[in-house]
Amino acid sequence: MKDERFVIALYVDNQFGVLTRVTGLFTRRSFNIDSLTVGVTEDERYSRITITMRGDELTKEQVINQLKKQFCVKKVDLLDESSTQRELMLIKVRHTSGTRTEIMTAVDVFRAKVIDYSPEEMCIEVTGDPSKMDAFVTLMQPFGILEMCRTGIVALDRGSATLLTK
Amino acid sequence: MKLNGAEIVVRTLIEQGVTDVFGYPGGQVINIYDALYKYQEEINHILTAHEQGASHAADGYSRATGKVGVCLATSGPGATNLVTGIATAMLDSIPLVAITGNVPCALIGKDAFQEIDITGVTLPITKHNFFVKKIEDLADTLRTAFAIAKSGRPGPVLVDIPKDVQLATYEYEPQPPVKRTPPPKVDEALVERAAELLSLSRRPYIYIGGGAAGLGMGKAVIEFARKIDAVIGCSFMGLSAVPDENERFLGMQGMHGHYASTIAQKEADLILAVGVRFSDRATGNVKKFAKNARIVQLDPDPSEVNKNVRVTLGLVGDVEDSFKRIAARCEAEKRPEWVARVEELKAEEARLQQEIEEANKEKITPKQVFDVINAVKTPETIIATDVGQHQMWTAQYVSFARPRRWISSGGLGTMGFGLGAAMGAYVATGDKTVLITGDGSFGMNLNELATAVSYNIPIIIVLLNNGVLGMVRQWQTLFFGERYSQTVLSRQTDFVKLAEAFGAVGKRAETPEEFEAAFQEAFQANRPYVIDVTIGKDEMVLPMLPPGGAIDDIIVKVEKKPRRKKK
Repeated sequence: MKDERFVIALYVDNQFGVLTRVTGLFTRRSFNIDSLTVGVTEDERYSRITITMRGDELTKEQVINQLKKQFCVKKVDLLDESSTQRELMLIKVRHTSGTRTEIMTAVDVFRAKVIDYSPEEMCIEVTGDPSKMDAFVTLMQPFGILEMCRTGIVALDRGSATLLTK
Repeated sequence: MKLNGAEIVVRTLIEQGVTDVFGYPGGQVINIYDALYKYQEEINHILTAHEQGASHAADGYSRATGKVGVCLATSGPGATNLVTGIATAMLDSIPLVAITGNVPCALIGKDAFQEIDITGVTLPITKHNFFVKKIEDLADTLRTAFAIAKSGRPGPVLVDIPKDVQLATYEYEPQPPVKRTPPPKVDEALVERAAELLSLSRRPYIYIGGGAAGLGMGKAVIEFARKIDAVIGCSFMGLSAVPDENERFLGMQGMHGHYASTIAQKEADLILAVGVRFSDRATGNVKKFAKNARIVQLDPDPSEVNKNVRVTLGLVGDVEDSFKRIAARCEAEKRPEWVARVEELKAEEARLQQEIEEANKEKITPKQVFDVINAVKTPETIIATDVGQHQMWTAQYVSFARPRRWISSGGLGTMGFGLGAAMGAYVATGDKTVLITGDGSFGMNLNELATAVSYNIPIIIVLLNNGVLGMVRQWQTLFFGERYSQTVLSRQTDFVKLAEAFGAVGKRAETPEEFEAAFQEAFQANRPYVIDVTIGKDEMVLPMLPPGGAIDDIIVKVEKKPRRKKK
């Protein structure tokens, strides 16, 4: 069976220790996480966790079933491949009079934003799907990346379906 | 009425139907012990020698009755001493509520005296755990703990209660005991498909585990097996669910399973798996497990389906209900060829067994010990074990007649489990309880002899003493060129004197006759007994599937090689 990338979303109780429970489960069942994000939702009782990971069909099934068993997990599901997936990246690059125009062109094409600017470096904010982030990082590499951070994916299914009603 | 937290704890336990608690006092539970003092007419507390003994006792209590076992310990070392017992219960899906005290909330995180993050420690070994921050949540948290422990696939729940919550006061209203919520019913289409697969089968094998045993499904299984001419085998945890005398029952399969049961499972074309989790000790190499069979699995836990073994059909939900509905849908059918083949396997097993027994030149063999136990014990007798060779011999040789008479640590394989668990089982039932143990395992928690004596819990301890760590030694003999690294116990313990020092009765037996006399005496007496039975150090548990091996690699006998000279 082939490994593929998939995205799981969970509604969990908005309480202390819940994130530990979820991540602890991944550690002890040897599941590898690519990215994990957590934040508040439309319902203050719950937080939403979005996990991106890789694995075969059986791993996918196991992860979901193991998560379902947790008492702090109210709802868990695999997101559709067509779901809207976004990530935010902040990336700090060096610039000189020779490279400035080229960087600004890339910022333009990627519909990114310069959010901090000083004579020798600038900080750029990029949002989009992960492949767009990767492409932007590759483009910036020759100029010298000083620092970067990515949020990991947040995702919602398209249309009227919601995780809680799915 | 307004009560303090400690009293709310005890009142909630009483309200939930708890009559016995195993534990050990300490600084952060002293208030709960004060409340226990007040309610001692309603709730019986057994003081063990060590918190680990309390956790195993609560576990044994639950295994013997199906009720939720309760243990209680103080913060820090008290709490960590429960850990092995909680993990044991987790791996065997035993409903347990463990209550621990902790330092007051204001000191949490300051590394206060005897402070430990026990919810963090027990996170992976509990079904769920709670840290109660507010007195308002205390009673309901405990109720939820009971509900979680016994619902769906049972398991241990820990509730950690800081001292200030025990001291605070709050309104308490008794509530009825929480009920076990049965898992959802399975779709009719799946039941129909399962019945169809069964009707297509020519060699059906009903494979029952701890799930089926816990639900008391023995009768239903026997009836269904008779109806469709199937055979029944069980995992280690499924023992005692079906009486051993039943002619369709082949006993335990797997690494040290009965030959007929293991081979029949390999030859089956359909395995109806009821409350089993296909542990590596049961399946051997999963890639080669039941290659020719379709597997239909019934379990309340969705994560058990396709976890270790790929199944044809998984029915996740109410196991008892699914089984009943499948049975009702299946037509009665005769499968004489299968029955005849299984008879052949049984005959082969008997032949192998006899060969092994005849080749044995020891003064007393494990089988002879169990022959005596089987002859003397009654259907109600509870059999508990520790972990090792003695445990596997017990699983192979003891004949069970009633459910819930088998108390043994399967999944975790906890040496030192037996004595505490046996006491718990006795406290729960008042039925004669025999602990089969080895000198290795017994050495781990024999301090609980003190408890057995002080409460006069008349456990009969049959100590199969070979002076070695037999199971590891067996592996060293078979797979490590007889390099007996750290498995020879050159201890000088006199177990008869040791028993007497604790206030129990000690006996020594070196022949079947001596053992029979001692066991008869112990069985009639109403006191804890230790019978030290000297057995040979080269005894082996056979048959054996080598670890990671397939059924075809089964070892049925070991020719004694001449001892190699040491270089």
